[in-house]
Amino acid sequence: MSSSTNTPTHHTSTIGSIGTPSRRNTELALLVFAVVIPVFAYANVGLAIDDKVPAGLLSYGLGLGLLAGVAHLAVRKFAPYADPLLLPLATLLNGLGLVMIWRLDQSKLLQSIKQAGTAAPRQLMYTALGIALFVGVLFFLKDHRVLQRYTYISMVGALVLLLLPLVPGLGANIYGAKIWIHIGSFSIQPGEFAKIVLAIFFAGYLMVKRDALALASRRFMGLYLPRGRDLGPILVVWFISILILVFETDLGTSLLFFGMFIIMLYVATERTSWIVFGLLMSAAGAVGVATFETHVQQRVQAWLDPMHEFMLSRQNVGGHTEQSMQALWAFGSGGTLGTGWGQGHSELIRFAANSDFILASFGEELGLAGIMGILVIYGLIVERGIRTALAARDPFGKLLAVGLSGGFALQVFVVAGGVMGLIPLTGMTMPFVAYGGSSVIANWALMGILIRISDTARRPAPAPAPSPDAEMTQVVRP
Amino acid sequence: MNKPLRRIAIFCGLLVLALLLRDNYVQYVQADSLRTNSNNRRVAIERYATPRGDIIVDGNPVTGAAKSKKTGISDFVWKRTYKDGAMWAPVTGYASQAFDASQLEKLDDGILTGNDDRLFFRNTLDMITGKGKQGGNVVTTLNAAAQKAAYKGLLSRGKGAVAAINPQTGAILALASTPSYDPSSFAGNSDTDAQAWNKLQKKNDPDDPMLNRALRETYPPGSTFKVVTAAAALENGLYTGADQHTDTPLPYILKGTRTELKNEGNIPCKNATMRVALKVSCNTVFGKIGADLGKDKMLAEAEKFGFNSEQLTPVRSNASVFPKSMDDAQTALSSIGQFETAATPLQMAMVASTVANNGTLMKPYMVDKLQAPNLDVVSQTEPEKLSQPLSESNAQILQSMMETVVKEGTGTRAQIPNVTVGGKTGTAQHGVANSEKPYAWFISYAKLPDGSSPVAVAVVVEDGSANRGDITGGGLAAPIARDVMKAVIDSKK
Repeated sequence: MSSSTNTPTHHTSTIGSIGTPSRRNTELALLVFAVVIPVFAYANVGLAIDDKVPAGLLSYGLGLGLLAGVAHLAVRKFAPYADPLLLPLATLLNGLGLVMIWRLDQSKLLQSIKQAGTAAPRQLMYTALGIALFVGVLFFLKDHRVLQRYTYISMVGALVLLLLPLVPGLGANIYGAKIWIHIGSFSIQPGEFAKIVLAIFFAGYLMVKRDALALASRRFMGLYLPRGRDLGPILVVWFISILILVFETDLGTSLLFFGMFIIMLYVATERTSWIVFGLLMSAAGAVGVATFETHVQQRVQAWLDPMHEFMLSRQNVGGHTEQSMQALWAFGSGGTLGTGWGQGHSELIRFAANSDFILASFGEELGLAGIMGILVIYGLIVERGIRTALAARDPFGKLLAVGLSGGFALQVFVVAGGVMGLIPLTGMTMPFVAYGGSSVIANWALMGILIRISDTARRPAPAPAPSPDAEMTQVVRP
Repeated sequence: MNKPLRRIAIFCGLLVLALLLRDNYVQYVQADSLRTNSNNRRVAIERYATPRGDIIVDGNPVTGAAKSKKTGISDFVWKRTYKDGAMWAPVTGYASQAFDASQLEKLDDGILTGNDDRLFFRNTLDMITGKGKQGGNVVTTLNAAAQKAAYKGLLSRGKGAVAAINPQTGAILALASTPSYDPSSFAGNSDTDAQAWNKLQKKNDPDDPMLNRALRETYPPGSTFKVVTAAAALENGLYTGADQHTDTPLPYILKGTRTELKNEGNIPCKNATMRVALKVSCNTVFGKIGADLGKDKMLAEAEKFGFNSEQLTPVRSNASVFPKSMDDAQTALSSIGQFETAATPLQMAMVASTVANNGTLMKPYMVDKLQAPNLDVVSQTEPEKLSQPLSESNAQILQSMMETVVKEGTGTRAQIPNVTVGGKTGTAQHGVANSEKPYAWFISYAKLPDGSSPVAVAVVVEDGSANRGDITGGGLAAPIARDVMKAVIDSKK
């Protein structure tokens, strides 16, 4: 099973380090599945739509295999003790996403509204860029603690990234949310990258301030209230997330950032009162914004009564979206087992069928069984990430790992919950499966950082320096 | 920091759990209602994913299915086609990719698409053996020759409708309506289909070609209603024979008014017998009979014939009307088919068929059986008695009266050699102060030498192109009825 060997010691009697097995071969075996399953899915789509195995099967399989292989080799070389599940799970999601995007490329309806046709090759290119960034992270970031040095630069960087879409001439309002910037012919969602940069800032800041936040507080009505100067940053972050919500009409991102901050704050201070504060403040903020921001009100209306909204938009009398209802129909039509790859009609969701709403496309064609599988894969990624946080030995690594995986979990919840009608819809992408360059690239970078932390955490502690009198030590054997 | 970390792990697990629960709710609990919601386009896509089954007349399909041209982004594969669509439209209705479906196409959609629960076992079997889903057939009771005769006759007269019934079973033999429409013209969902559809709408075409006049339009039945009045007189014992004098004055003043009820022309109505009164169509005699019987008895008899209730054949017909509240003068007018009395052609065919069937009214129906794709019978319609408006002996008295009408009265143009035909003409005034051209009616039945009666028919011709004075039931409608009856009799041979 394992190719690793514990650090050899000459004397069994010596108290050496007990290293975790590296599990690189496990990762390789899982990666084979993570490549083969999407390749079969690809063949399946071709057979369902054109009655023949798609012409690009070989090159697609080789491409995905090559990317996975490069990522695997990079892990083997630069992070040999990393968690073996993270890479295969992300690869599988990315591969399945590619297949679904290619499948929606075949839809004449989506082609006619210029939403599909060439999305899959682009997504493959983004995936390649993402994996390049993943390898780059592993190569350049030899130790995640280096990131600590950039705490305040990260803060500035995150703010700049978040505010870029508001710069006139650079930002673009697409489908009611100002979260894109245009550079040449590319459009980028800086929020996806800000997510990582912000996690670095939070981790660095909280590691320094955790004692002050946790201990220097006054008891008030059963809760520990922090001091004003320690409370400052949380108020700033809360205010920024509200600002994003108001000016960029981006509910998802603001919820994600605030939630991520609360999680990290709670882990850093071990104070439940922070969670209570966080929830109260986010509730106050959400209610406050919802009272005057029509975009938010529309989303809530569409969530409460999607059918009503659908009829309104059908009759062109002030409906805002028929997508919520279309997505529910896609899920319902899929039923328990789904229609099968390529045999559904999720193109009826129209413009975001392959991005924000791709989960509904999966729901129709793979059914309840497929969606539960996908959700479990996301759950596994999150729990492996938190396991990495548990295993990490330094508080910065712990905080960063839990911030990234907690944020990942929140993003999955907000997107999937929105598409399935559990919560109001917010415009965010399903990590790895949804079409979109920023999302795929940023999430591969996130995966790179998590793998770096898990490598450090699982790496056997260096063997104690050979003691000059080791020879003399006698161990009494039973 | 590990304790809060474990809690965060549980929290994230709960997030995923919430998603899993929601997913089960949407994709398992709600799945069926979402899947079958009529606004869900997949329902329509599914409907046209396989060729529809056929609507069958005399063993031949009058419908078909063609692969739609794959143009643009259309996601419908199969399109409905119709043979002689305009002729059969009052029977089949339409099935359009863009405009839903109507009548048999709509009512038996489950069988035609193969989605009906009754086909579940077969569908499951086909799924296992890998056979594609197929639609079943709807076998109608219609008679192609009779339908052709009816439609041809109406076309030469402009607007109108024909309903023909087999009196012994209630099976509908012909159901024609003009002007008509070709359901093929808007069966797809292209722009041309939409244009064809729009052109047919009543607001764009005042002739309203999509109105099924045989089932859905009610006309004042005029003198044809006198058959019902005569039946009421016989059933209530007001007169016991056809040749009894009725003691009717001429002129006859409507009870409680100073208005004189007039006859058409100078006809021998003074103290006429019912036979003579029916033969020459005396308003005075039947108006007086109605007034003498009173509103309640007239209403009871009319309702026994099917007035004031819808008929489901299974296609719904409008309810014919016999007014429920009126004074004696209005009762007299209603009894000669004027005032508020209004009937569908189907209703008047039911009246004729009751007389022909010795007083028993059979429930009209037009679907003989539903077939599974392999022609197994899924359901078979059994003839059903609806009511008994007349006793057998009274029915025979009425038969002899109606036969006199055709033999030597106003309905001579319905005569068929070697066949006994009974009938009644009607010329119904309508419009404010009788301003518009009247409707020409004819109801009749044919009796073969062996005593069986294979067909009863009602014909109404609206606004014929004829001169106003020439519009009579006997002149315009009777020849059409004759052709329809002849077609049925000939097809029996």
